[in-house]
Amino acid sequence: MDFYRAHVLICGGTGCTSSKSDQIEEKMKQKIEEAGLDKEVMVVRTGCFGLCEAGPIVVVYPEGAFYSHVGLEDVDEIVQEHLLKGRIVKHLLYKGAKEEDIIKSVNEVNFYKKQTRIALKNCGVINPEDINEYIAVDGYMALGKVLTEMTPTEIIDVIKESGLRGRGGGGFPTGLKWNFCAQAQGDQKYVICNADEGDPGAFMDRSILEGDPHCVIEAMAIAGYAIGADQGFIYVRAEYPIAVQRLEIAINQAREKGLLGKNIFSSDFNFDIEIRLGAGAFVCGEETALIASIEGERGMSRNKPPYPANKGLWGKPTLINNVETYANITKIINKGPKWFRSIGTEKSPGTKVFALGGKINNTGLVEIPMGTTLREVIFDIGGGIPNGKKFKAVQTGGPSGGCITADYLDTPIDYDSLTALGSMMGSGGMIVMDEDNCMVDIARFFLDFTVEESCGKCTPCRIGTKRMLEILEKITSGKGELKDIEKLEKLAANIKTSALCGLGQTAPNPVLSTLHYFRDEYEAHVIDKKCPAGNCKALLAYNIQEDICKGCTLCAKNCPVGAISGEAKKPHSIDQDKCIKCGACMEKCPFNAIKLG
Amino acid sequence: MKSLEELKKIREEAKKKVQLRHDSDGTRIVVGMATCGISAGARPVLMTLLEEVNKRNLSNVMVNQTGCIGVCRLEPIVEVYRPGEEKVTYVHMDSEKAKRVITEHIVNGNVVTEYTVGAYEK
Ligand SMILES: Cc1cc2nc3c(=O)[nH]c(=O)nc-3n(C[C@H](O)[C@H](O)[C@H](O)COP(=O)(O)O)c2cc1C
Ligand code: SF4
Ligand code: SF4
Ligand code: SF4
Ligand code: FES
Ligand code: FES
Repeated sequence: MDFYRAHVLICGGTGCTSSKSDQIEEKMKQKIEEAGLDKEVMVVRTGCFGLCEAGPIVVVYPEGAFYSHVGLEDVDEIVQEHLLKGRIVKHLLYKGAKEEDIIKSVNEVNFYKKQTRIALKNCGVINPEDINEYIAVDGYMALGKVLTEMTPTEIIDVIKESGLRGRGGGGFPTGLKWNFCAQAQGDQKYVICNADEGDPGAFMDRSILEGDPHCVIEAMAIAGYAIGADQGFIYVRAEYPIAVQRLEIAINQAREKGLLGKNIFSSDFNFDIEIRLGAGAFVCGEETALIASIEGERGMSRNKPPYPANKGLWGKPTLINNVETYANITKIINKGPKWFRSIGTEKSPGTKVFALGGKINNTGLVEIPMGTTLREVIFDIGGGIPNGKKFKAVQTGGPSGGCITADYLDTPIDYDSLTALGSMMGSGGMIVMDEDNCMVDIARFFLDFTVEESCGKCTPCRIGTKRMLEILEKITSGKGELKDIEKLEKLAANIKTSALCGLGQTAPNPVLSTLHYFRDEYEAHVIDKKCPAGNCKALLAYNIQEDICKGCTLCAKNCPVGAISGEAKKPHSIDQDKCIKCGACMEKCPFNAIKLG
Repeated sequence: MKSLEELKKIREEAKKKVQLRHDSDGTRIVVGMATCGISAGARPVLMTLLEEVNKRNLSNVMVNQTGCIGVCRLEPIVEVYRPGEEKVTYVHMDSEKAKRVITEHIVNGNVVTEYTVGAYEK
């Protein structure tokens, strides 16, 4: 094996790949060869580093120099300066949210300082396409340990003691679920990994599969041994081609090394995994719909019980867990349940990965110990709100969740406290909103998503959410009446109790929570016909400010409906009844005399 | 995979490869590689160090490079950082000297005093 003195890690996650990190990798290899350094410097393609917005990311070890926004034109400089002469290229280093503190090594980046990485431990550190790199960081040790030293019951006890709860949304105790499956009667059992990840804005599961596919494979094998299954399925959406490709590579490498297949570690345990592609419907993330989809049926939910643990895939006992849940398993086996419990809170041990998005400086993936406050995540790790705007609310839990206001920023994040605030943990989308976001419009956005994604099987969800959406559209377009708010509340309560599956049962949440915290905004739309955030177009009017207008007539000439009148060299005015709010006049006015408000 | 031992063996081999990416508490050998270092012959010194470390299967030893150390006239310069010891600076290095530093200092723990900057400045 060659000995390298420097490693150049190039992010091969979806975000960075879309900003040409694959070409950077190619050029890097070529330049390194030209400089005669190919025997001493190794180029490694990794998974996502979490700071996708600053991508493409390149990290050079042993210094851990963290380069961001790397372009093709920067490659030569990194090779010539850093790799050849050992001088860090300062101007390419990641600057963090604050321009003044230039950051040097990965560990010094504020974004990472407050994080604790368990599920993402190897993402951005190892080459996901090389099983040896995974083995180097203790990969497959946990599987080896359980197969040679532990009984299935002992494994389940360890998982129970760790207090791990499902990271796919519901937060059900994982050990308990494994126990139900282990006790279920059946000649054949299955293990499923739910990698459907339908929440808008969430991409942690994708990143884990892209950056560390073996940790999911290993955990599924452990689960298989614990419950008595010999076959696993990973259900992943087809829109995740890089994840699918890396999974295929990883499964093949694991088979070659005898870590999947027959008589693993000379035991009588056999286990193999197949990938199933989903078409990317939100409802297919719901476990019973997912199972139907694997069986080749239409992805529609069914009533529970019976739960999949007893009657799952092809009617057999089936364990179904989320990607991030599995990503915790190997670490718990290796380091023990006490270690896991020492992180996070009493009722929610461990960490949670969030996809930070919206009006925030550092968008990306963050993994924090449970119990970290929303304020720490948004302001310390996320770097706060851009452009000096004011924080307004944070939406968690995706379409099934709700909004949390500034008053609750010091709430420690865990399953129960988020639920108590009328939101939820969900799979970990976290969308930050500032003063320019209209909360009625946010509710409309999520309901629009639900209506699109409803499978249509039951009436409350199919028709009820559509009615709610219509009312919200009525309000944002300025035609709302006071009784509409009442109607919304009634519909919401009805749908919550009568919908068949979780999709419908939680669909009203964004509406209920914005109604709870921002009722005044709904009322402003309905009573005053105003959008306080200045977001809902229909409620805004174009006005000419007389003191600025020079009467140049340009606006009047450009108005497509002749809504503007006025004499040359005298202030003009807009007939609001005629105006269709196209914005053409504002664009054309050379004196910025036209304002939207 | 037949046994844990087999897995551990693969792990030890593979570990050497990724060690560089983790905070290491081991030995660091740093070669000055700014323009004057390179023109004074730092590259063959670096290559020799790498080869020796690899050949002897030394784990927890990192060979690294740095920019201008500040005393160009003494190049090539090699600095050795070992945990719990003062930094040792070797000057006017070449491949032969580099080999001796590896065997005597890195492997056996005895500083090669005659190559150090102290000996030279005297
Ligand atoms: C509408 C709907 C969508 C869901 N989407 C996902 C998903 O994308 N990924 C996921 O892991 N779980 C999703 N779930 C939760 C799953 O049904 C299931 O609870 C979860 O996969 C169990 O794994 P866990 O215990 O490890 O969290 C969804 C649930 C509902 C009701
Ligand atoms: S609640 Fe909605 S998604 Fe769920 S079964 Fe009913 S119609 Fe389908
Ligand atoms: S917004 Fe369009 S329609 Fe309205 S006044 Fe301006 S140009 Fe005319
Ligand atoms: S383009 Fe501007 S300055 Fe000219 S008439 Fe219209 S509002 Fe007045
Ligand atoms: S994809 Fe590169 S940092 Fe996320
Ligand atoms: S460049 Fe080598 S000491 Fe200055």
